[in-house]
Amino acid sequence: MARDINTKKLKKNAFRYSKVRGETASRIRIPGGVINAKSMARIAEVAEEFGNGTIFLTNRQGVEIPGIRLEDMPAVNKAIQAIIDDSGVNQEERDKGYPASGTRNVVACPGSRLCPFGCYDTTALARKMDKMIFPNNLHVKIAFTGCSNDCGKVRMDDFGIIGMTEPQYDPNRCVGCEQCVKFCKIRSVGALSLVNGKVVRDTEKCIGCGVCVAYCPTRAWTRSRDHYFRIVIMGRTGKKNPRLAEDFVKWADEESVFRMIRNCYAYVEEYIDPGAYEGKEHIGYIVDRTGFDEFVKWVMKDVELNDKAEVASRVYWGGKHYDRSNNLM
Amino acid sequence: MGYVLSQDSFTRVLGKIGLDRRLYAPVNKVGEGRYTDVDVVRYDFISEAAEIEMEKKSDYAFKELLTPLSETLFFFTENEVKEADYDQREVLVFLRACDLHAVKRLDAIYLENGRFPDPFYKRIRDRVKFVLIGCGHSYEDCFCVSMGTNVAPEGYLFSVDLQDGSYYIDVKDQDLAPLFAAEAEAEQEVMARHVTENEVKVSVPADVPLAVYKDPLWDEYTARCINCGRCNFVCPTCTCYTMQDVFYTDNGKVGERRRVGASCMVDGYTNVAGGGQYRRTNGERMRFKVLHKIVDFRKRFGYDMCVGCGRCDQVCPEYISYANIINKVKKAAEGGAANA
Repeated sequence: MARDINTKKLKKNAFRYSKVRGETASRIRIPGGVINAKSMARIAEVAEEFGNGTIFLTNRQGVEIPGIRLEDMPAVNKAIQAIIDDSGVNQEERDKGYPASGTRNVVACPGSRLCPFGCYDTTALARKMDKMIFPNNLHVKIAFTGCSNDCGKVRMDDFGIIGMTEPQYDPNRCVGCEQCVKFCKIRSVGALSLVNGKVVRDTEKCIGCGVCVAYCPTRAWTRSRDHYFRIVIMGRTGKKNPRLAEDFVKWADEESVFRMIRNCYAYVEEYIDPGAYEGKEHIGYIVDRTGFDEFVKWVMKDVELNDKAEVASRVYWGGKHYDRSNNLM
Repeated sequence: MGYVLSQDSFTRVLGKIGLDRRLYAPVNKVGEGRYTDVDVVRYDFISEAAEIEMEKKSDYAFKELLTPLSETLFFFTENEVKEADYDQREVLVFLRACDLHAVKRLDAIYLENGRFPDPFYKRIRDRVKFVLIGCGHSYEDCFCVSMGTNVAPEGYLFSVDLQDGSYYIDVKDQDLAPLFAAEAEAEQEVMARHVTENEVKVSVPADVPLAVYKDPLWDEYTARCINCGRCNFVCPTCTCYTMQDVFYTDNGKVGERRRVGASCMVDGYTNVAGGGQYRRTNGERMRFKVLHKIVDFRKRFGYDMCVGCGRCDQVCPEYISYANIINKVKKAAEGGAANA
């Protein structure tokens, strides 16, 4: 029988177009990068049965099973159903695999489930985000990281969500040992100083990383009950103008984070280049085209930020403009 | 006499007891631990039975009442001094057997060590009485049995044990008995529970020769310990403090003298004029701390300072076990290689 494959459908179904004629790779979506051991074992089984026995770990915390014959795609979709069920990823039709691949896997660092510095449960928020935005064909990259260390490399994404805590200080429990001052300086930004035996926090300088809380031996410093977020936007890799995401909002609340990202999808629908190749355009280029104010107008629709939140009135990005010059200097 | 009370009725009794007293008990502070969404159990003033953390061992000790982490002693201007005001009400402190034994150590240091009792300690101490929380089981890191502090035979007004939702009270102070009798579901014999065995066991050496002070066993802690002092601040028997003379910045002639907690592990503890520092390495600091707890204090007062609560082991971010160090010291004291 003649091999007649619709590559557009193949890609949308989360299979990769391979340089090896007749082969593909199945892309397993793992929001937050956490998967049950049972599903991991299932992935290994599928790789053994349908693939070439290897598994590729993607940069966005997904898994790709390479070496699958194009003819086996329906069988693979059936075989990975248990994994999709287990990971809780939204699906349109059972046994048909993933319904989209445009909006990329939502990345998360280990966060507060594991990391002493994680300011929130990154895994839970990545999963919640995935539930909200998937399936979707728009090329959107979202990543969560627990603190300003940014182990999640979220500044390479369209939306990077960085955890913050607002340090709470009880001077009555402070003995002036200065460990918070010392470690804020060594491991963070040096926002603390000792004045008359007690610690003063420069609230402008403080990035809410929680290092002071982690090192305080007496619980004079504790974490704020509410979790806060720094939202950095429009980072990207790529050939034209790779650049790091820049700060848009700091001390934002969770609900606002989710609403803004949901709003952004509507903004992209409205303004994406109708001629964009394969319907894919980094959102940053759209913002470059529409202007920042128009972007803000759309994403801030119905967003009621908490009182502490601060929003950038203007955002400027840097990075290398290869589309203008390939010179080294 | 013993009584069995529901949570509500115990709260009503506490309400009556608390009319002219403050109640100080271990409280589970939600989200106030070191890490995100982690609780910490530390002492605070309470008014209801439900606020008392009866199950978990407290991460921080009751001593913060008797030796506040930060306490203004007096205010001064050019020629005048005024002692800081303080709450004169009696305080009832809820604590476990090991901690009740720790009170004896605090008293020894602040009231019996030297010619004069410490007046700032004494003025608080004179107003403090105790309630024993029974221990239904040993906790991770506890070694009270080894230290002989697992039973508290006296020194408390009543004991309280929470079992299956009921509070079992053994009243020692008969003045309080009618309050409990009025609310009790049942009157019966009640004995405060105590543990008779811990998983962690230590053996304190009877004599530690000077050679142990030079033993290489301490070097390990120079590398492992990060001198954060958490072990000291959670310890119910650590008593060190330092002074802060603070001049208010507006005119520089008015200010206050504060007493704040200090730690023999933290930088600066042995700094002296001229830049001297008696114990520089963390191994030296560890040696001082451990031998003070199990040797030096005993030389002066006749019993060990450490009560085996194990809080230091539990709080250490580097998983250094003080209990294990005691056993190493024992080996070294008996002439064996400590790390063998």
